[in-house]
Amino acid sequence: MMNGFDTWVAALLTLCVFSFLYRDNPFYRFAEHLFVGSSAGYLLAVSYQNVLKPNVIEKIGHGQILPFIPLVLGIMILGRMWERTSGIARWSLAFYVGIYSGIAIPSYLQAQIFAQLADAVKPFQPGWGAINSALILLGFLSVLAYFFFSAPHTGLHGVVGRIGIWFLMVAFGASFGYTVMARVSLLIARMQFLLRDWLHVLPGV
Amino acid sequence: MAATTKSFWHRILGIDRRWIFLLVGIGTTLPLLFPVNLPVAASPRVKAAYQAVEDVPEGSLVLVSLDYEPDIMAELQPMAIAVLRHCFRRHLKPVILTLYPAGPGLIERALEISSAAEGGRTRNEDYVFLGYKSGNQAVILGLGENIRGLFPRDFYGTSTDSIPLMRRVNSFTDFPLLVNLSGSSIADYYIRIGASRYHRPMILGSTAVMASDYYPYLSSGQIKGLIGGMKGAAEYERLVGIVGDARHGMDAQSLVHVIVVLLVLLGNVALFATGGPKPRIGGGA
Repeated sequence: MMNGFDTWVAALLTLCVFSFLYRDNPFYRFAEHLFVGSSAGYLLAVSYQNVLKPNVIEKIGHGQILPFIPLVLGIMILGRMWERTSGIARWSLAFYVGIYSGIAIPSYLQAQIFAQLADAVKPFQPGWGAINSALILLGFLSVLAYFFFSAPHTGLHGVVGRIGIWFLMVAFGASFGYTVMARVSLLIARMQFLLRDWLHVLPGV
Repeated sequence: MAATTKSFWHRILGIDRRWIFLLVGIGTTLPLLFPVNLPVAASPRVKAAYQAVEDVPEGSLVLVSLDYEPDIMAELQPMAIAVLRHCFRRHLKPVILTLYPAGPGLIERALEISSAAEGGRTRNEDYVFLGYKSGNQAVILGLGENIRGLFPRDFYGTSTDSIPLMRRVNSFTDFPLLVNLSGSSIADYYIRIGASRYHRPMILGSTAVMASDYYPYLSSGQIKGLIGGMKGAAEYERLVGIVGDARHGMDAQSLVHVIVVLLVLLGNVALFATGGPKPRIGGGA
């Protein structure tokens, strides 16, 4: 748990950030710069301790040769910092893109294309559930029709595409509602921290 | 009279947004100070997540990946505490990891609170905390092949080979349930690899912003349950029978939502009362 000093620091920094709601001011900028600096320092330390040290330095120290390959590829990426050596960084990027594509494409197809297609055309549920199944199928086909741009959106294609727009609007509305809820949640948690942990006017959980 | 009415709506449209901030601030603070404890009903997706944990045989190990940092801890930390308490109460053994560098501190606190609330749990006997590993998708791939090779030591430096619990598992397939609480695309990776490639039952806890994106996976059965945002966490707390930060926050959440809806309505009425939206400078409709 946080001790008194930590709580005071966190509370004062929270108030510094909240002060931006009134107008931009030096307290807000102080908190912002402190956050950027401490985050960068923290990430650098974590990256060294969790990536560079165990995966490269310790392994090379034990006489392994393979870690030299990612080490050299990593150093080559730094070539982008100078114009004359920027071309060499492309080899590392090509390696990275190739590996990532090999990993991502099959699993993406399996989980996000085939499984979703199978779900969209599965037999309707019994009873009232059939309405849900029909809505899913209608939404799937109409939104797909809306995003089919190789034919003009006229006639039946145009009607189905317009239905697709309605489905999209409902989806955007749901997403926006959830977004408002998320932002309010962040504010609630900060207020809980200020009122409970700092000011002690709320009971502990 | 008409001029007065028009003037009122113009004043509404031109209101200083800092009054709205103040209103939302009051709407958040008052219910926290004077709670009315509005009822929280559990949705089918959260009930399904709860049931998935209930269905795991007692004593089993559960892989729990808690992938969040302080920026979204408001939503996912109460969720993590509720899920961990549920696991501890059912005598399940969570094997916990994070793919976020600032995650370990939050996870330690969640473990401390959950363990204390459930009568005390012992590290490496009742749970294992593997700590942080960088690499996102590569790490998740590794979890399917050789967990002890990927995490030769736990967060506290103990060799994972020497932890009796860890000798029982070394791959996704050794876990009857996978739990991922995430505020990023890491959830997609777990669905693609853990749930789809290794066919592991999986429950997902996400931020509210992300939640609607994951409904299709629920429909297709790729995930067994979905806990969305602080509201989802409050529902899970209710099912587990605890009152945590999420349930405490629901009164404020409801009041601010009412304020937002009223402001949206008021803004739209004011817009139409003053003759509708003005054309944008530089063209457009």
